[in-house]
Amino acid sequence: MNSLFLEIAVVLLGIVLLLVEAFSDRSNKDYLAYLGAAGLTGVLALSFLPQIGPLPMSSAAAFITSDILSVFFVRFLLIATIVTLLMIPGYRTVLVRYLPSERAGGGVGEFAILPLFVCAGLMWMVSAIDFIMIFVSLELATITLYVLVTYLRQNTASLEAGTKFLILGALSTGFIVYGISWIFGVTGTTNILALPDAISTLPESSLYALLFGIAMILVALSFKTGAFPFQFWIPDVYQGAPTPITSYLSVASKAAGFVVLIRFLLSLEALPLLANKLNAVITLLAALTLIFGNFAAIPQTNMKRLLGYSSVAHAGYLLMGVASLASLMAIPAIGFYFAGYLAMTMLAFVVLQAVSEATGGDEISRFNGLSKRSPFLAGAMLLSAASLAGIPFTAGFIGKLLIFEVALKQGHYGLVMLGCVTVAAGFYYYFKVLRAMYWQQPSEETAIPVSATTKWLILLLGAGILILGVYPEPLLAALR
Amino acid sequence: MSLLLILLIVLPLAASVLIMLGAAPRVMALGAAILNLLISVALFARYDLTAGGWQFLSEWKILPKLGINMTLGADGLTLTMLLLATLVTLSAIWIAPKIDKREGVYYVCLLFISAGVIGAFASLDVLFLYSFHELALIPTFIMIGVWGSGDRQAAAWKATIYLGLGSFILLIGLLALYLSIPAVSRTMDLRQLDQMAAAGTFHPSSLIYLILLVGFGSLVSLFPFHSWAPPAYACAPAPTAMMHAGVLKKFGLYGLIRIALPLFPDAMHQFNGLLLLLVIGNILYIGYVTVAQKRLDWTIGYSSVMHMGYIFLGLASLNIIGVNGAMILMFAHGLSVAAAFALCGEIRRRTGTLDYSELGGLAKVTPVLGLLFGFAAMASVGLPGFANFAGEILVFFGATAYGPTMILPVIVGVWGVVISAIYMLRAYRNTFWGPMMTRWDSLTDITPTALGSVILLLVPLMIVGFYPQLLVKMVTTAIPR
Repeated sequence: MNSLFLEIAVVLLGIVLLLVEAFSDRSNKDYLAYLGAAGLTGVLALSFLPQIGPLPMSSAAAFITSDILSVFFVRFLLIATIVTLLMIPGYRTVLVRYLPSERAGGGVGEFAILPLFVCAGLMWMVSAIDFIMIFVSLELATITLYVLVTYLRQNTASLEAGTKFLILGALSTGFIVYGISWIFGVTGTTNILALPDAISTLPESSLYALLFGIAMILVALSFKTGAFPFQFWIPDVYQGAPTPITSYLSVASKAAGFVVLIRFLLSLEALPLLANKLNAVITLLAALTLIFGNFAAIPQTNMKRLLGYSSVAHAGYLLMGVASLASLMAIPAIGFYFAGYLAMTMLAFVVLQAVSEATGGDEISRFNGLSKRSPFLAGAMLLSAASLAGIPFTAGFIGKLLIFEVALKQGHYGLVMLGCVTVAAGFYYYFKVLRAMYWQQPSEETAIPVSATTKWLILLLGAGILILGVYPEPLLAALR
Repeated sequence: MSLLLILLIVLPLAASVLIMLGAAPRVMALGAAILNLLISVALFARYDLTAGGWQFLSEWKILPKLGINMTLGADGLTLTMLLLATLVTLSAIWIAPKIDKREGVYYVCLLFISAGVIGAFASLDVLFLYSFHELALIPTFIMIGVWGSGDRQAAAWKATIYLGLGSFILLIGLLALYLSIPAVSRTMDLRQLDQMAAAGTFHPSSLIYLILLVGFGSLVSLFPFHSWAPPAYACAPAPTAMMHAGVLKKFGLYGLIRIALPLFPDAMHQFNGLLLLLVIGNILYIGYVTVAQKRLDWTIGYSSVMHMGYIFLGLASLNIIGVNGAMILMFAHGLSVAAAFALCGEIRRRTGTLDYSELGGLAKVTPVLGLLFGFAAMASVGLPGFANFAGEILVFFGATAYGPTMILPVIVGVWGVVISAIYMLRAYRNTFWGPMMTRWDSLTDITPTALGSVILLLVPLMIVGFYPQLLVKMVTTAIPR
């Protein structure tokens, strides 16, 4: 089914759930998360129905597309949201602890419903081909995320994270609006697909104004994707935000940012002069992101921060793919990388949530001796870390392989060499978690309980990592 | 389609899964190892020498658009290496002492290392050759860190970073190799690569050879990329050191034989001087470093680095005799170093120390252990009657046939034999002869279990030593003309 309808279905689902929450007097709100996940699964099923002709509203077609990129990432976002919603029941005790006492037991409801609106916003964003649409959907997603990041109102870390996210998010919004207006001022269009034609007729003199607008947009997108030089909010915000939201930020929000970046660059690909300049910039950003993400991750002692820096590092590998967009295999490679990234990152966050629930903290030292306390959780984290580090027979390895392959094909030898070094650095910091789990002694011997939902979530995500790592062809075929 | 090769990989993995689900770890691991040894002996015996080439083929499509498939197949060299891998696996699992903490994880790690090397040797697809080898990285890391001794954590880190970096350099080399194939016929299948190279339709840049040499070289501890190996082997628990030094490390050599020899004949000639320089470093420099060691485990660790020099020398001679010698030496060294580490572990378990200043005279209380160690040490030195001798002598003949540039390396190599006799005899004397400290009076001799698992390694060494033709005719099938 076409993009537009799926987003509308998600928004309607959100509104219905809000009404249900308002009129139901059940004190345990977990059912809302399950209902939301079930509803989104329904939407996911709808997305496999055949597309409905041309879009009914003639104006909508100018804003929204349903190409392979959009179809793939809409499903990707739906899955990421489902996983996030299923993480929320396990997070309830923390939520209750940090919410004002008059709402103890309550207030959990919105936490499970708001992600639906973020999801709708991001879904629009990956289907959007017009800057106005991109901006509006971006704001829908971002403003809802402001609420979710600061959700733990009595936790100063969450508030600090929310404030940082708000200020920098607003700044990046400023950049993107400013960039859009410069581009519109120069070319007279806000439609991404119409850009190449509009630019090719431009006089030489307005080129710099155009470049300025493009630069502004790249800055804003590097904020969304967590790429250098706008990655510095990531560790703080990831650390303070509620764990399910951190996981969502690092997967869904980043993916949507990358899709916009890809669409933008693809349309400029038609202009060789501009494309070469942009390619140089993206290559540089990829290199700096790789270096920063991987080397700053090394000394981290907090698991959430580590995963934050790791998400910057992965943005670097993805940017390697973006720098090679001229190759036909680049988009399948990036899409595949994201699918693997979803499974391995979210698996890490699910395990982290279970561990910090039992031990009361997010530090890597809380994982000490996990292989004794819960071999299941330790095994799951081992799989996730192996995939994040890029060990063969996991999704992370095939993803890196595909990205390195397109990058080499496009002649980015330096980037690939750098990629090698950063992968080795990655071994170090992901293995730090393995060391804690297997080498160190636990501070207490009690077993860590794993709820049924968490258990199934871990099994499914783990299966995803292995299946993608051993049999990648079906997914790649869907991306070609 | 023969499923025996995939069975060799699946059995250890299946045993691991059963262990994770709660089956008795040691029983499952031993069962899988014994079955695997039987299968690999059967394969070895059933290989059709007159037909030669790749046999027992099976194939699964993985990335058909990229020409990447999981293809398993075996020729004489593969089967020799599989025999080595399954022999050492069984011996390592058999000799594993009683594990107090997390017995399940211990055996799962060993089984994963075993599955990884078997998969690497049996893969005809270069990418899978690489991937299966990587499978062993994490279990090695966990094993050294949890059950190792001494400064185990630093050693595990060093080895992991070195091997991780080496593997990724290797991966880049393989990708570059892949991309240098004309786009229409891109493949990672060794058979097709060989064909293309033989038909002259494929000329990879000799730079790729250098990348591969560094990548594979750091995995084999080629000088100067060797410094991870001695501490890792010294600190690792005996079964891990046996698997790693005995089998896993041979993967780098195996890769060079499979990829560099057929695809880069010109580059190998061109850069032979460089390789020979490193070989001299391996034999002479590491040889003297080995002599200077003051602990038994470090002596054996360094000796295993040094002996890689001989195998490289065989490869560098680029003729049938030399390469043949290198292959036999791979098998022989794998068994002899595994036996040495196994006995080393047995001594450590009894004394708690491997420092020469504290050992000595142990043959009085542990005569059988001493006798076995003597055998392992003599095999490692290359005494006639052991497979190592057959390999080394072929390497020297092959190298001499290469030409005048080999005169110096061969002289160094022969002198290296003297060096290794010096340090091995020193190790033997310092551990088992001379005056004994009274605190060792109550040591017990080797248990039947350990005796069995060491004999399992020494017997094939002597069989091949007395009848090298058994292996020679097998491995010759793998040598490109």
